[in-house]
Amino acid sequence: MKKILIGLGLCAAVGVFLLTSSGCGKRQEDLNTITVWHWMTDRNKALEELASKYEQQTGIKIKIDLFAPSESYTQKVVSSAQSKVLPDIYGILDKKEVFAAFIKSGFIADITADFKANNNEWENQFFPKALDVNRFTEGNVYGVKAGIYGVPLDVTTIEMLYNVKLLKKAGIKAPPQNFSEFLEAIHALKRVGVSGLVSGWGELWMIDSFASNYAFNIMGEEKVMATYRGEVPYTDPDWIKVLDVFKQLVDNGALIEGVVTKPNKYAEQDFALERAAFAFNGSWCVNVYNDMNPNLEYGVMLPPLANSNLPMKIWGGAGSSFVVNNTSPRKDKAIAFLKWLSAKDQQAYLAKATKNLPANREALAEIPEVLSAFASSMDQVTHPTVWSLNENPVVSEAFLKGIQSILIGEKTPQQIAQNVQQVKQEQLAKKKK
Amino acid sequence: MSAETLTAQPKPRALVVKDNLKNLAFVLPAVIIFSVFYVYPFFEIFRLSLQSWDGISPTSSWVGLANFTELMRDKIWWSSMWHAAYITLIALTFQNALAFALALACDREIRMQRFYRVVFFLPPVLSEVVVGMIWQWILNSDVQGGQPIGVLNYWLTQMGLPQLVHHWLSDPQTALTCIAVVHCWKGFGWGFIMLLAGLQTIDHQLYEAAKVDGANSWHTFRHVTLPMMVPVISVVMILTILGSMQVFILIKAMVSQGLGYHTEVPVTRILLSMQESGRFGYACAMGVTFGVFLIGLSLASKLLSGKTKQ
Amino acid sequence: MEGPRYKAIGALKSTVIHAFLISVTLTCLFPLFWMVRCSLMTNQTVFTDKTFIPKDLHFSNYVQAWVDGGFGIYFLNSVVYTVSVVVGIVLIASLAAYAFSRLKFWGKNFFFGMFLAAMMIPLPGSFVPLVVLMNKLGLANHRIGYILCMINVGLSMSILLLKTFFDRTPQDLEDAARIDGCGRLGIWWHVALPLARPAIAVIVIFNSLSVWNEYILATLLLNDKTLMPLQRGIMVFQGVHSVDYPILMAGLTIAATPIILIYLAMQRHIIKGLVEGATVQ
Repeated sequence: MKKILIGLGLCAAVGVFLLTSSGCGKRQEDLNTITVWHWMTDRNKALEELASKYEQQTGIKIKIDLFAPSESYTQKVVSSAQSKVLPDIYGILDKKEVFAAFIKSGFIADITADFKANNNEWENQFFPKALDVNRFTEGNVYGVKAGIYGVPLDVTTIEMLYNVKLLKKAGIKAPPQNFSEFLEAIHALKRVGVSGLVSGWGELWMIDSFASNYAFNIMGEEKVMATYRGEVPYTDPDWIKVLDVFKQLVDNGALIEGVVTKPNKYAEQDFALERAAFAFNGSWCVNVYNDMNPNLEYGVMLPPLANSNLPMKIWGGAGSSFVVNNTSPRKDKAIAFLKWLSAKDQQAYLAKATKNLPANREALAEIPEVLSAFASSMDQVTHPTVWSLNENPVVSEAFLKGIQSILIGEKTPQQIAQNVQQVKQEQLAKKKK
Repeated sequence: MSAETLTAQPKPRALVVKDNLKNLAFVLPAVIIFSVFYVYPFFEIFRLSLQSWDGISPTSSWVGLANFTELMRDKIWWSSMWHAAYITLIALTFQNALAFALALACDREIRMQRFYRVVFFLPPVLSEVVVGMIWQWILNSDVQGGQPIGVLNYWLTQMGLPQLVHHWLSDPQTALTCIAVVHCWKGFGWGFIMLLAGLQTIDHQLYEAAKVDGANSWHTFRHVTLPMMVPVISVVMILTILGSMQVFILIKAMVSQGLGYHTEVPVTRILLSMQESGRFGYACAMGVTFGVFLIGLSLASKLLSGKTKQ
Repeated sequence: MEGPRYKAIGALKSTVIHAFLISVTLTCLFPLFWMVRCSLMTNQTVFTDKTFIPKDLHFSNYVQAWVDGGFGIYFLNSVVYTVSVVVGIVLIASLAAYAFSRLKFWGKNFFFGMFLAAMMIPLPGSFVPLVVLMNKLGLANHRIGYILCMINVGLSMSILLLKTFFDRTPQDLEDAARIDGCGRLGIWWHVALPLARPAIAVIVIFNSLSVWNEYILATLLLNDKTLMPLQRGIMVFQGVHSVDYPILMAGLTIAATPIILIYLAMQRHIIKGLVEGATVQ
């Protein structure tokens, strides 16, 4: 009997707990609380601190909600969009196509007017490249009204890094400029027992970035876009050359063992622990390397040129951006907060706290030295989100998986090119239908 | 038997109805929860599998069975099915044999029995992150300063077997098997406790009777233990099939998205279609096909165990 | 009867068995040791220090993990979710499993087949419609909504397992109870449930583990920090780019401890003699 009573008591206690402290209820339309959803685990603390500062200054409460990992965050945003329960401010982590779909479905506010107000005052604060990610130009393929739809928080670039000590050990004086110098350096490193290049090529987008750099370097942007439109086949000699870059890396033993199955986190460990002389990684790595090995001496370089007639292009632009919910009754207040967040002081604070490149140009003065090396390549930067169109995802999957097959030595560039072209034609035929 | 005989006496119809309803009330809570939380999502998926939809837009277009016909011709999908089947096959044999052997050993009156029981359940408790990291470290094929970094390769060189040193995870020949072995190691604890619970609920009198009949331990095992265990083994098999066919977190932790198409499994294909290529309808078609396939497999294993029982 | 030869064979047999058990034990214990070892180091030594037991042990990592991860409220939430879901599943599933095993009613096979089939449909695709549904029902961002969803997740498997065990338990006890005038519900509670204790222990372990480690559904359904389970705290340590491994390992160790305790408590019920014990009562 006693047991039953205790049991009932416990049940009642749990029940009360469940009902009373349920955070839901019907949330009354509180016009002075702005909800922000984000995925940036490393910036959560800094954002929360900025939020409380903002509340002190303006009396407007900012609720920062973090959802991790980023795949779950993306799913959350998509499913919340379906249920029309998006917060006031959130971020789109996806391709431009998805960004466009959100805009067209009316989930994202057009904030062009705010950027343009007072002689483009807000717009001019940013690196133009950082804003480009959130910009839709006149006559874009997505059918979105031209304008700016998001506020960048920071910028990133993805480049090559070299380990100063290991290059010295192999007797290499200057970081290689072109591909044959790079291969020579690899052989010199091999003689002293040092592995060459490490990168997170277990993740398809890292391969995509590297391949795309060389595609731009070998054939130029126009021809890449023509391929995407279906006017140039993947069996074109220039595309074979792009695939051949990977083949040469394999044939010359330039890659660390197991590079195809490395997520970027493991690749970062390898470079931080000096297991490889070169890395292909993004500017966020400054923070990562500093955590794991503060004594690491490294420099930043562009990927070595495979074609000296055209410039090397690297991926970069806005690292993370926020958008404003178009249906929110607190839209103006949300925009005001983002304006404040992207102002110089807050940007400098974020950059310092998280060692990321700020999107605000004026905040650039206060960042660590290695980071400014990343920032100096801003002119070379491009990104799929700023291209006039992107490749069909099914085709690019075949392309990237094909590169992995080259990396494990099971297919040749020619075979992959043919295979990708075949997939491309199937997709083109489907589209026509 | 007896429950039936008790209720099977001729009764007035009203009583039969009442009886039925009373019995039905036992399953009612389960059925209600199920209908609310499962039926709607299931029909949504089924509906979407007949559409072309990007996952966001308010509009989607009806494509009939086009997603399914494309799926039937999708070679990558079928090879991913085969990979999952390969892992499942290894799990069904190796993992379950290990689990059964350990359960039998712990069913005996041996020393440290409690300790073993606790320890064998540690792998399922550990986070996939830890498991992925540890095995990544063991199977690592990097070399630094002429010495292998990975534990396995290091010991192979130390034991004078450098010819066996291998790129375990980046060679398509061995990657899937390595994944399957780690999967078995992570999962055998489940089979272990279920089989142990099964062994411990076998009526002792049966063993006593076998002993009186002069049966040796093999005979007892063959004619008492095994037949009594068939239903439990069948459940363990179904759960193994479900768990192994749907493996993907471990794959991501061990080989990321790597190795071309050699380590693709159905769930990674579904997620890729949904998240990367924005083909929600196609992903749902994959989900439905996969579900039907799993139902078929489980039915088959149920029939098989039904046969062995007789 | 037990001559020296017989004894020698027995000893050999038990040595072989123990050798086998110990080798498996080692592979199971090693990751645990590794996890705890890493949790006591710093991010700079964790990949470089090769000593078996590192010299400087940073126990403060645990405090930092608890504070930085905001474990206080998450821990409480996880306990509430786990207890509610497990109690719910044990009651609902054992009622249903008992009915499927022993009672006669219309549509029995249909309902049972339905639960079995539900286990097979892979979940990744069904999340979006589920979230839409929960929002329609007003159960999103609500503890009860999450608990009901998780009960649904574990229900089918638990019913299948429990039914299997009910099928195997002898029925004479139930008949005796029925003759004593015990109702259906009484037999279920007083006779069938105690007999199935090992199986219930298994489903308690199974469901506790799955609720305790769940975070995808929690991320999708819950918005407020105050409602989030423990895994949310762990996720924060696995940064998009940088990972503080010792803190992560400390967090994982903290998270694993309650589950190991639940298992310790539950495995005691997976023991011999229950069937006979029940007969005596």
